Amino acid sequence: MRYVEEFRDPKAAKALIAAIARVADQIGATAANPVRIMEICGGHTHAIFRYGLDKLVHEGIEFIHGPGCPVCVLPMARVDECIEIAERPEVIFATFGDAMRVPGAKGSLLQAKSRGADVRTVYSPLDALELARRNPDREVVFFGLGFETTTPSTALSIQLAAREGLTNFSVFCNHITVPPPIKALLDDPHMKLDGFVGPGHVSMVIGIHPYDFIAEDYGKPLVVAGFEPLDLLQSVLMVLQQIAEGRAEIENQYARVVPEHGNPVSIAAIADVYEPRPSFEWRGLGEIDASGLRIRDAYLDWDAETKFGIGYAAAGGRAHVEEPEGCACGSVMTGRMKPTQCPQFGRGCTPDTPLGALMVSSEGACAAYWTYGGARLIEAAE
Amino acid sequence: MCLGIPGQIVAITDEPRQMGMAEVSGVRREVSLACVADRPLSDLIGEWVLIHVGFAMAVIDEKEAEETLEALRGLGEAQETLEQMAEGDRALAGGM
Ligand code: SF4
Repeated sequence: MRYVEEFRDPKAAKALIAAIARVADQIGATAANPVRIMEICGGHTHAIFRYGLDKLVHEGIEFIHGPGCPVCVLPMARVDECIEIAERPEVIFATFGDAMRVPGAKGSLLQAKSRGADVRTVYSPLDALELARRNPDREVVFFGLGFETTTPSTALSIQLAAREGLTNFSVFCNHITVPPPIKALLDDPHMKLDGFVGPGHVSMVIGIHPYDFIAEDYGKPLVVAGFEPLDLLQSVLMVLQQIAEGRAEIENQYARVVPEHGNPVSIAAIADVYEPRPSFEWRGLGEIDASGLRIRDAYLDWDAETKFGIGYAAAGGRAHVEEPEGCACGSVMTGRMKPTQCPQFGRGCTPDTPLGALMVSSEGACAAYWTYGGARLIEAAE
Repeated sequence: MCLGIPGQIVAITDEPRQMGMAEVSGVRREVSLACVADRPLSDLIGEWVLIHVGFAMAVIDEKEAEETLEALRGLGEAQETLEQMAEGDRALAGGM
């Protein structure tokens, strides 16, 4: 237990690790026949690697890293569409910094900026609104990105823009929702998952009931978790206990932040501004039904896709762009491959020169493997 | 971007637009209080909130705020968020 001393409460951590080992033995989990637990949220992936939790827990527990990093699942074509908007002379393109280095077929937003596009990294869509107020002669486009955690922020910003009559502001909406890809993974016959650690901050917005189908229709446990190491260990234990007792329920380990029914203002704002798209493309996973949001007709004046006639609103339909040759992001994202098994890992693809999106964000599985294991892992894989 | 950061509300800055000033690790930043406005805004002064991309999303207690901040520091996310806030200020100042 090399790292446990770093924890806020090493004693509690050790007790949890011991309890996990007991239940894992009780249900017969082994390295050869592990219990496979998917952590959905990229923040959890990051924390698992940072604290070496995968190494600390019983060898019969395997973490499968889910699709919960919004930057990582952004398809190449979407990045290209961003660049197309950003390169228009009248546009100020405002984005979260996380998205700057995601590679598309035409390079990244960072490269577009160095070619002269007016791309600005902001902390909040509120910053983009302010840019629109201060630059009435320019079109300010905000790159709306993320799961349910960030969706309320752009919904409320669009409502504010509508109230103020701020028509030089629009959102390029790439918001996605957590439940549909989970359903897609559970429907995949090649995928074997025994339980889930659910995203805490997404659940803070939507509550815990949108996951009910995972327990009811698929008979799998899910425990909504905080992102401290102790939260994660406790959640893993709760998943294992459910398996040991033959239960499949949605439990809330993070009740100190996550209300059962979520945040009503956020839910109302999302429902007012957005509706599900028939389908949306995910990098590595392909098109998934009703997994993305689009701006409702009442707010189309603030929809960048409509304003500029691109993406899903493009006249000739939307272009699909193939992933780069040799990139295994899809297999890694669905847990079929470990990052180190990708032929590009640490060779063509590192955080400084990312080939796939999983290497771009600290929440991506490949970047987490690299940062906390690095070259050592390549040697081990060889 | 997904993890949010705790801050303490120190003032209400724009009542109609539900905006307030939050202090986040010694840095002041205006945030939207719309999602936690289930009470009179003035009651939020002194409260700790979890802030996601400029929006207070949940009221939390001080102990939770401290532990969350510690966990974020451990992940390097606290520093990153503060940098992003500073970057947002620069973008507004016209800097690219
Ligand atoms: S190493 Fe790079 S190319 Fe390979 S799966 Fe990871 S991000 Fe994709």
